[in-house]
Amino acid sequence: MLGQGFAVLLSHWRRHKLQFAMLVLGLALATALWSAVQAINGEARASYARAAAVVGQDRLEQLATPDGARLPQSTYIALRTAGWLVSPVLEGEKRFGGERLRILGVDPVTLPADAAQVNVGAADIGLQRFITPPGVFIMSRETAERLKGIDTPPIRISDALPPGTVLTDIGIAQQVLDAPGQLSRLLLAPKQPAEVRPLAQVAPGLVRRAPAVESDLSRLTDSFHLNLTAFGFLAFAVGLFIVHSAIGLAFEQRRPVIRTLRAVGMPLRALILLMIVELLVLSTVAGLIGVALGYGVASLLLPDVAASLRGLYGAEVPGTLSIRPSVWGLGLAIAVTGTLVSAAARLWRIASMPLLAPARPRAWSLASERALRLQAVGGFVLLVAAWLIAQFGAGLVAGFAALGAMLLGAALILPLALSLLLKLGERLSQGVIAQWFWADTRQQLPGLSLALMALLLALAANAGVGTMVQSFRLTFVGWLDQRLPSELYVTTRSNDESQKVHDWLASRSDAVLPIWNTEVRMFGQPVQVYGIADHATYRQHWPMLEAAPDAWDSIASGQGVLANEQLARRQKLTLGDMIPLDGGHSLPLVGIFSDYGNPKGQVIVGVGLLVKLYPDASRLRYAVRIAHDKAPKLAEDLRGTFGLPDENVVNQATIKAFSLKIFERTFAVTAALNVLTLGVAAIAIFASLLTLSGMRLSQLAPAWAMGLTLKRLAWLEILRSVALASFTMLAAVPVGLGLAWMLLAVINVEAFGWRLPMHVFPMDWLRLFLLAVASAILAALLPALWLARRAPADLVKVFANER
Amino acid sequence: MLLDLQDVSKSYPTGEGVLQVLRGVSLSLDAGESLALTGESGSGKSTLLHLAGGLDRPDSGAILFEGRDIAGLDDKELAAFRRVRVGLVFQQFNLIPSLDVAANLAFQARLGGRFDAAWMARLTARLGLERLLDRYPEQLSGGQQQRVAIGRALAGRPQLIFADEPTGNLDEATGDAVLELMMSLLPETGAALLMVTHSMRLASRLGRRLHLAAGKLG
Repeated sequence: MLGQGFAVLLSHWRRHKLQFAMLVLGLALATALWSAVQAINGEARASYARAAAVVGQDRLEQLATPDGARLPQSTYIALRTAGWLVSPVLEGEKRFGGERLRILGVDPVTLPADAAQVNVGAADIGLQRFITPPGVFIMSRETAERLKGIDTPPIRISDALPPGTVLTDIGIAQQVLDAPGQLSRLLLAPKQPAEVRPLAQVAPGLVRRAPAVESDLSRLTDSFHLNLTAFGFLAFAVGLFIVHSAIGLAFEQRRPVIRTLRAVGMPLRALILLMIVELLVLSTVAGLIGVALGYGVASLLLPDVAASLRGLYGAEVPGTLSIRPSVWGLGLAIAVTGTLVSAAARLWRIASMPLLAPARPRAWSLASERALRLQAVGGFVLLVAAWLIAQFGAGLVAGFAALGAMLLGAALILPLALSLLLKLGERLSQGVIAQWFWADTRQQLPGLSLALMALLLALAANAGVGTMVQSFRLTFVGWLDQRLPSELYVTTRSNDESQKVHDWLASRSDAVLPIWNTEVRMFGQPVQVYGIADHATYRQHWPMLEAAPDAWDSIASGQGVLANEQLARRQKLTLGDMIPLDGGHSLPLVGIFSDYGNPKGQVIVGVGLLVKLYPDASRLRYAVRIAHDKAPKLAEDLRGTFGLPDENVVNQATIKAFSLKIFERTFAVTAALNVLTLGVAAIAIFASLLTLSGMRLSQLAPAWAMGLTLKRLAWLEILRSVALASFTMLAAVPVGLGLAWMLLAVINVEAFGWRLPMHVFPMDWLRLFLLAVASAILAALLPALWLARRAPADLVKVFANER
Repeated sequence: MLLDLQDVSKSYPTGEGVLQVLRGVSLSLDAGESLALTGESGSGKSTLLHLAGGLDRPDSGAILFEGRDIAGLDDKELAAFRRVRVGLVFQQFNLIPSLDVAANLAFQARLGGRFDAAWMARLTARLGLERLLDRYPEQLSGGQQQRVAIGRALAGRPQLIFADEPTGNLDEATGDAVLELMMSLLPETGAALLMVTHSMRLASRLGRRLHLAAGKLG
């Protein structure tokens, strides 16, 4: 009995192949975008985990200075002498050619077994070769590829290391990083001898740190991945509209069959069970296709994501994907769950349908306006909830909750808003065809509302994210002009060369401004400290958001500190707050400046104070002021005189172009996801129109019989789709602006620590409007063509059941 | 002569081959005349009515309306013919579900540029639809829907009304009342009537009767 019942249910799909294709396509597309994002995030997180696991940081306790400053090698020797089983690590960054690498120096002899990811004693490396100059650089294959042609110590490959990280001997690292006798931290072996002198006696300046379960990188990039996940989820939700729509139609069309099956004795429970099995099979097949498609999308997007992560956070993510069971599992789970959720209401309706219920399919077209009103009330409640969360909530999750509530609320209100608009159109129209057009369009609303809601989400996301990105771009370009006023930026290769370059430039330029810096731990997080000279360049151009009246005088006299916006927001700093610097110094905050694109906190002090408090600060970079037309010649002379590589002497335009390139790549992924989401929404409309086209014939046939040609009716069908898409676009603009405001004022502040001014870009809306219209035309084209080519015999069937 | 069918044949492709529905049928109808076409299910009555009403084209033969062969008209011309010359009443009513009764009644007349407000008001009153004008088809009974369909067919004062089993979906009493109403309205418009039915009782109320069997007039 069950087998026969199942065969009857499946026979529906044999007769409605297109509907079946749309269901599978919708679910596969929804799963694809979700899985693509998961695959990308999974790859990135695995890379962060590898980075965190390097030299056992995620498993071993460590000894370090409280503020994260380097410690002298003598402390290490004292601890070893006292019996402590510790192993030294030196970590720092170094640029090789155009590549900035994370250098990790370890002592292979004392390194605990838990921390030894790479066997340096292996035949192809050899302990002797590892520890004696020029040493060996161990790195991933991808990093080695990037270093081709660049002068480095001999390279060996290890897949255990994340991209961008180099493992080498501690002595070699001290040379490379120009940090003789310095260490970053000490790794503690898990088992220490019983009798050792207390740590407080041997190394009083050090503290024990627990293994780092989550890396700084992982924390920093969380918001980026949350953004991607949110987009993936949005795409999934848009895709689910297709699924909901296709399942809804299939269930409605099968009501007579279900009634018949029950009438001939099939128990209701068995029927429901068969339908669930059917859905499980369908969703599993579509889910598998979706995850496979997702890997395709992910592999296309990953290079841009990797570039974004490198540009924004300095995080290294490989450009190739690995197949992860978790992505397959999660993709299938969400496909199956999404399908069951989409079908739940329909299954419930079947379960509660009386045996003698009318067999005529009610279809969507008869859904009452009352249902639309109820739905709109729900939407309004969600909008209010979004406003309340945005006002009183805190944190990124609250931000996304507000965003989700706003989008869903707006989507739920859309059908009623469209219905009222179409009613108005009907009332205002004079001609009989126009009147019928509006009335008929309104009648189609319930059947198309899900697809239109999906379109609204996609358009609003496009308008909102577009506004955010464009606002960011506008602000960023202006900010770059302020931040990079100098004509040339020079990076020297050593402190010695730095002094010579400075002296050489001093007599040949208007000003040589040091950009010296170091990285410290402040407020428990890595913070960059920059020292700048007192010069009109800064006083006139620096992008201050808030400043005390005498801010620059305070900086010049070493009496004040500037902080970037992200640090100020993170630590809730206001002007006048004391900023703790090294050596027990604390200075008041005298200004807050914008610092877009920098994930880290940054403070600025006078260059004299920097040198005094941080004698080890890097003193390699300078900004050079000179007349624009003289800059190229000076750069050429500088390179010629000191043999500096091209990338060490760059002009303002090059840095700006580079920064903008990073910016564009950062948002390339967003743009791609935007287009894909819009594509899914267009398919949703297409799917709905296609499935409705069968039902449309009985509605259009009377108009045809009364004297409208099929060609004209087909044109009206396209016009109807365009009208609905246009009205949806009208609704999407305010929703998109709300979305942009939330992204700029809530999400960005929580995720990145900066708030951007909002600008509006009507030309972008026009472009989006044209895109929406094009999507609507494409979606309606095939059903309209089919209608135009219908034989009269098909239409007259509507009027008679017999020949 | 208003309508003249000459040796009209029509077939349809089916899964089991070609089905010959009409085999050389000829008939004629004068202005103001009423003709009942009877026959068993599948005899070709509805097909004949669809061909004469310009909804479909014959495989062969001529369909002359006021001496002009409508079988040779293109889609646009056929649509214009249906808009202006004929009124159609179907068994399933086939009202436009998105329009209210008032708009349904006026639809074809306005489409054909033959809307006459005074006539419409009179027609509405004769059909007893005054209180139903703002209702939608799904809110009406079968009898009420068929009265709207008749009103729609007559609103443009066409020369010929085609009615395909107009009472087929109604109970006997309602069907009789509806037919009575239609018959009483016809003289006011001067329209001829070609009605398909398999009820001999109803057919007997029309001026002339023809019987169709296996695609041929008996």
